[in-house]
Amino acid sequence: MAEEVDIIDQVVGQEYKYGFTTNIEMDTAPMGLTEDTIRFISAKKNEPEWMLEYRLKAYKYWLTLPDPNWQNFHYPPINYQDIIFYAAPKEKIKLDSLDQVDPELLKTFEKLGISLTEQKRLTGVAVDAVFDSVSIATTFKDQLKEKGVIFCSMSEAIHEHPELVKKYLSSVVPHTDNFFAALNSAVFSDGSFVYIPKGVRCPMELSTYFRINAENTGQFERTLIIADEGAYVSYLEGCTAPMRDENQLHAAVVELVALDNAEIKYSTVQNWYPGDKEGKGGIYNFVTKRGICLGDHAKISWTQVETGSAITWKYPSCILKGDYSVGEFFSVAVTNNMQQADTGTKMIHIGKHTKSRIVSKGISAGKSHNTYRGLVKVNKKAEKARNYTQCDSMLIGDRSGAHTFPYIEINNKSAMVEHEASTSKIGEDQIFYCNQRGIGTEEAIGLIVNGFCREVLNQLPMEFAVEAQKLLAVSLEGSVG
Amino acid sequence: MLEIKELKAEIEGKKILNGINLVVKPGEVHAIMGPNGAGKSTLSSVLAGRADYEVTGGTVSFNGKDLLDMAPEDRAREGVFLAFQYPVEIPGVSTTNFLKTAINEKRKYLGLEPMEATDFLKFMREKMELMEMDKALTSRSLNEGFSGGEKKRNEVFQMAMLEPQLSIMDETDSGLDIDALRLVSTGVNKLKDGKRSFVVITHYQRLLDYIVPDFVHVLYKGRIVKSGDANLAKELEVKGYDWIKEEVEAGA
Repeated sequence: MAEEVDIIDQVVGQEYKYGFTTNIEMDTAPMGLTEDTIRFISAKKNEPEWMLEYRLKAYKYWLTLPDPNWQNFHYPPINYQDIIFYAAPKEKIKLDSLDQVDPELLKTFEKLGISLTEQKRLTGVAVDAVFDSVSIATTFKDQLKEKGVIFCSMSEAIHEHPELVKKYLSSVVPHTDNFFAALNSAVFSDGSFVYIPKGVRCPMELSTYFRINAENTGQFERTLIIADEGAYVSYLEGCTAPMRDENQLHAAVVELVALDNAEIKYSTVQNWYPGDKEGKGGIYNFVTKRGICLGDHAKISWTQVETGSAITWKYPSCILKGDYSVGEFFSVAVTNNMQQADTGTKMIHIGKHTKSRIVSKGISAGKSHNTYRGLVKVNKKAEKARNYTQCDSMLIGDRSGAHTFPYIEINNKSAMVEHEASTSKIGEDQIFYCNQRGIGTEEAIGLIVNGFCREVLNQLPMEFAVEAQKLLAVSLEGSVG
Repeated sequence: MLEIKELKAEIEGKKILNGINLVVKPGEVHAIMGPNGAGKSTLSSVLAGRADYEVTGGTVSFNGKDLLDMAPEDRAREGVFLAFQYPVEIPGVSTTNFLKTAINEKRKYLGLEPMEATDFLKFMREKMELMEMDKALTSRSLNEGFSGGEKKRNEVFQMAMLEPQLSIMDETDSGLDIDALRLVSTGVNKLKDGKRSFVVITHYQRLLDYIVPDFVHVLYKGRIVKSGDANLAKELEVKGYDWIKEEVEAGA
């Protein structure tokens, strides 16, 4: 027993690697949320009238909503008047030239392993870097342009591609969808916009890196990805934030639209600051992510590796409208110490012969709680819809909890829906076995957990799968005892 | 190489080992036999460093180092290998990946660079041929869905890969049919090189027909009560353990 306590002592001191802050002068909105705040944001971004109207409509709707209360975790009521809704580095940044970006910012992203400077860029991955409320730089824009791929910040898209934005923004997640979607629609600052034209296979991975830096600031990004007929794109997002004692809100909205025969693969490696081991601080990650297979034979695939945040609350979902369309959800959610997660997916079968697959792996350590919540809904006209759900939980130690809430609604008799679930405990025997082969306890847990998540990790693009594996091991350090 | 002096251990306050003395020299094969509950598996667990057991007395030195003072993973890295009686399953982790991790952890401990992927695969292929291992087994999840025989063969294969100086085999023969027993024993015999030592723990003599020991020790009530050569095992096979028990009771 003494030995186990030692292990805990040695590793709880382990710092969150990305907890540093960047000292940079910021341009911020006054604290709190009023109609003026929204006008301020819209004016800062020099937005057209229709965008401001949309924001105000969402804001008015949001005001009518009570805080949601159906989730399987607790958080103190958020005072929205204590949040800064817009924060941007002060220097005027010309997006075309990195020379004009504050070196402090470039350094920040270097530290995070994201190089925006030409010579060091990850080959084969185009990156959009979002710092607090604004997009700092988007790499490989020209190469993408040749293929007709649009990859830019949302602010830019509103100006440059208003017809696409008007057509698709809010078409998958309307501002009336839920409390946080309404809030996001009112105050969203930036995010990524992607359009892949007909028949184009995007030549490289697209990636957005989100960084929260400013204090008392919420991050409300908005991402919209459209894959036109026969197009393909693989998109990845990563996130980190400094260590702070107060909780910070991240309420993003992501919308995906896949037309006939198009495919969108969306991967997330989420590593927001999780709070300290007593549960102080950390990000509230309350995100609405949804994709629609608008056309026949379209496919949307969500892969998420959620290791950070004090609370993770999200259900990346698929609306399978086109006939023969396919939705997939692969998830690894890890909670340690006092972290909480209530995550899963919704698969809405509307078209005929639609198929969905859900693979969820939840790992709970410390005193954390990890909930899977998923809905499989087959509409009346969805002939021969099929779903397969596999939901596995792993417990480490004896103070953590795993919960599963599967909802199934079937309105068509030809549907085939399968659900499999399991709960296991990481065994002392497994750890000792690894020890006896010369593998230390921390490495052993990493190995066992990675094995448990293998199916999901295999879905990630190569470059990120390795990172994700390391991340899993790091976030579980100190979980034995 | 291994020197055990007056080793005493207990689990949950129950005394299991009551003063074990044993010296194993390089290249020797020692068999430890004894009736159920004598402390055979406890001895292997204590040597490997399983946390459930509390060592209450005695010393164990391995190549001059205090073995009991080391964490289980360090004992392994120093060259102590335990072939488990019940190998555990680790879903999603291939034997290949598992062994690569193990070998590189050991190399790190010894101050060596990690093995190149191609070198590792070549090394593994050689050992697989030597051990007559089925290729499919190494790409499957570690021990998951393996038969009893496959699990035990995988233990011996791991032994071949990790090249330990001292291999402790905890009832490797239990649950094996005669063919599997022969395969496992052949594998072990191939690993003998005059320097590596083996401590073979078994309840039955039949394993010792294949892995011929230099010494046989009888463990009873947590003590080695009788030692001899391979003939002692044969004698036990014929006469059972009762006469030893009687001898001990009479002497006590």
